[in-house]
Amino acid sequence: MIKSYNVLLAGVGGQGTILASNVLADVGLVAGLDVKKSEVHGMAQRGGSVNTHVRWNAERVFSPLIGMGEADAVLVFERAEAVRYIEYLKPEGLAIVDSEAIRPITVTSGGALYPTNEEVEAVYRQATKRFCMVPGAEIARSAGNARAANIVLLGALSAFLDLPEETWLKVIAGRVPAKYLELNRQAFLKGREAACSR
Amino acid sequence: MKRLLSGNEAVARGAWEAGVKVAAAYPGTPSTEILENLARYPNVYAEWSPNEKVAVDVAVGAAYAGRRALATMKHVGVNVAADSVFYASMTGMEAGLVIVTADDPAMHSSQNEQDNRRYSKFARIPCLEPSDSQEAKEMVGVAFDISEQFDTPVFLRLTTRVCHSSTVVELTEDAETLIAQGKPPLDKFPRNPAKYIMIPGHARKRHPVIEERIRLLADFAETFAFNRVEWGDTSLGIVTCGVAYQYAKEVFPQASILRLGMTYPLPPRLIHEFAAAVGRLIVIEELDPFLEEEIKLMGVACEGKSIFPIYDEFDPRVVRESAVKAGLLPEAAHVPLLELDKPPVPPRPPVLCPGCPHRGVFQVLSKMRLPVAGDIGCYTLALLPPLSAVHTCGCMGASIGVAHGAAQAGIGERMVAVIGDSTFFHTGLPALVNVAYNRSNVITVILDNRTTGMTGHQQNPGTGHTLQMQETPPIELEPLVRALGFERVVTVDAYDVKAVDAALKEFVKADGPSVLIARRECALLPEARRRWRPLRVVTDACNGCTMCFRIGCPAILKSDELDAKTQRPKAQIDPLLCTGCEVCAQVCPWHAILFREQLEEVHHD
Repeated sequence: MIKSYNVLLAGVGGQGTILASNVLADVGLVAGLDVKKSEVHGMAQRGGSVNTHVRWNAERVFSPLIGMGEADAVLVFERAEAVRYIEYLKPEGLAIVDSEAIRPITVTSGGALYPTNEEVEAVYRQATKRFCMVPGAEIARSAGNARAANIVLLGALSAFLDLPEETWLKVIAGRVPAKYLELNRQAFLKGREAACSR
Repeated sequence: MKRLLSGNEAVARGAWEAGVKVAAAYPGTPSTEILENLARYPNVYAEWSPNEKVAVDVAVGAAYAGRRALATMKHVGVNVAADSVFYASMTGMEAGLVIVTADDPAMHSSQNEQDNRRYSKFARIPCLEPSDSQEAKEMVGVAFDISEQFDTPVFLRLTTRVCHSSTVVELTEDAETLIAQGKPPLDKFPRNPAKYIMIPGHARKRHPVIEERIRLLADFAETFAFNRVEWGDTSLGIVTCGVAYQYAKEVFPQASILRLGMTYPLPPRLIHEFAAAVGRLIVIEELDPFLEEEIKLMGVACEGKSIFPIYDEFDPRVVRESAVKAGLLPEAAHVPLLELDKPPVPPRPPVLCPGCPHRGVFQVLSKMRLPVAGDIGCYTLALLPPLSAVHTCGCMGASIGVAHGAAQAGIGERMVAVIGDSTFFHTGLPALVNVAYNRSNVITVILDNRTTGMTGHQQNPGTGHTLQMQETPPIELEPLVRALGFERVVTVDAYDVKAVDAALKEFVKADGPSVLIARRECALLPEARRRWRPLRVVTDACNGCTMCFRIGCPAILKSDELDAKTQRPKAQIDPLLCTGCEVCAQVCPWHAILFREQLEEVHHD
């Protein structure tokens, strides 16, 4: 029985961070928990870094925001963003990171450096043993479309939570267009499998 | 029925359940989704007005006509609407008028962090502040009731974290029946000069009325259901409001809390009683020490901004760590941050999208090294390198006036103002009238992307559709500008770099004012998306000259391949990001980027 669970989701505008947080929020509701979800719109979204907060509690959620060092899990769809938000993770929290690289313009036409997969892993290893790097975009592509990487990562997260697989699949079915349902189902299951195999 | 709704969705729902008939707004983060949602409910007229001042006038007119009315805006929108807000406070109305101000602590999408509770005291208008979506929904209805009971406009003050957080809301089941039972609307517009015509003689009689109204509202606040005490350990008493209440509950689960749902006017007796019953009294509120000052004016000692920050938004961590520093919590409550050896994280600022029609204009302006007064919209992003082509940005509609002032002051460079279509209709038009009438040689560029971009594609007077998708004649910019008396007006396709360049060069040579209308729909609009077609670099022709990198397009990448002679990385195009706008192909001196037409030729070969 889940008492309380706080997930920080992060990615780049256009990666489906908000859809993933909507699914996660709905799953909490279906599981009978109080839920709050917080996100930012407007200028912050134009190709910039995006983060959302999803909080579950068996009794009542107060703050819609998770403080730094208080996330039970971080779910990040892009590896540089994973480094940006690592301070949200509590010690020995769960980290699921897509190895996908989306180089910002400060890297492509400027002098900023971009972290390697090894660097990302190294910094997370300092924070937690529960680190899982998933080639989400690749897995999603094998399921039919790289854009379903957000659902792949949710699948991976689901492997660590004590909730029935059907709950997740039912919620996803309610959140994605019918023609993409099978794709997202496959993406979810492959993500769940990828996490379990670790 | 329970649903997870954002604060904005909840306000829309609450307004509908309260029987609102007319709603007007100008889009602005974090308020935009209120009207977008309300527009879909039955029997509500909802519009995008050209600006917030007009929106408030529209709502006032509807309320004078005896229909419940709503105006919504971001915090700085109230600055634009302030004149109207103040007369509405003086006159009162025949039916409820609620004005939503959505403040933006942390400035996620704003130019300042002003605390609009100040407006409620300034204009003698009560202010309600919900702490989550359920309260947001309920408080809209309560705000309409208060508005009618006290004959006053009511502010509903939200903040970004209330607007854009989703929390569980109980929907009223038989809302439609309740709405139908509301009081019948007036048949005739009221004729009441002493109340509705604010000439000095009438206004002098109204001023005591509104002062008395605030006194009565303070009495009302003493027993207002959303002002409540949650008793706990009385050694610490916390006065709080809005989303800060949530952080207070989380960080101080044991403390006694006075939660104020009405933050102006305050209930003096309730506050005195609470203060007398607790040991240390603190105020937890984001931004200004508004409650703190009001409480101190009552002669009650309290602490607020000496403990908690006056800027940025709060979260549980900010509140907890501030409290530990002030000795309100034991040192053990401090949560240390992980000490990590982190690799550098590249900044990821928001950027002009691939295919953005503003890019070509700023490429030319950047090359011409002209001083550019900017405005509010996506195009502000051209301030960033490599374009670095915007030099001021203050508020909606400021660009043209600022450029005009600099020109009339005798600055030695030719001033340029850039402004988007929606912003032009908002407050740019009077400033352009001024340029025409007072004859400065300012070059005004209207970036007409056929939508309101930054806030997520809202209709505006140039698009041909209203918020509720009625067809309407779009206002054509060129005839409008010519009617102001401009002789040099050129409309170009914003993707046509050569045409933009030619027009601006001619304008710089000429004496007197001129207007360039750079027209091309936002690349993210559905009809534009259908035409996306990624371009390609002919690697052999590219010598890594960097011209295409300098337009700041996220779709153009440095490849791993170096040019043999220059030893510089060649360009490559990300086919998933490129829309095929051809701005890069036009600036490439080596013809190394294929135009759409050439792609087809290559394809056929």
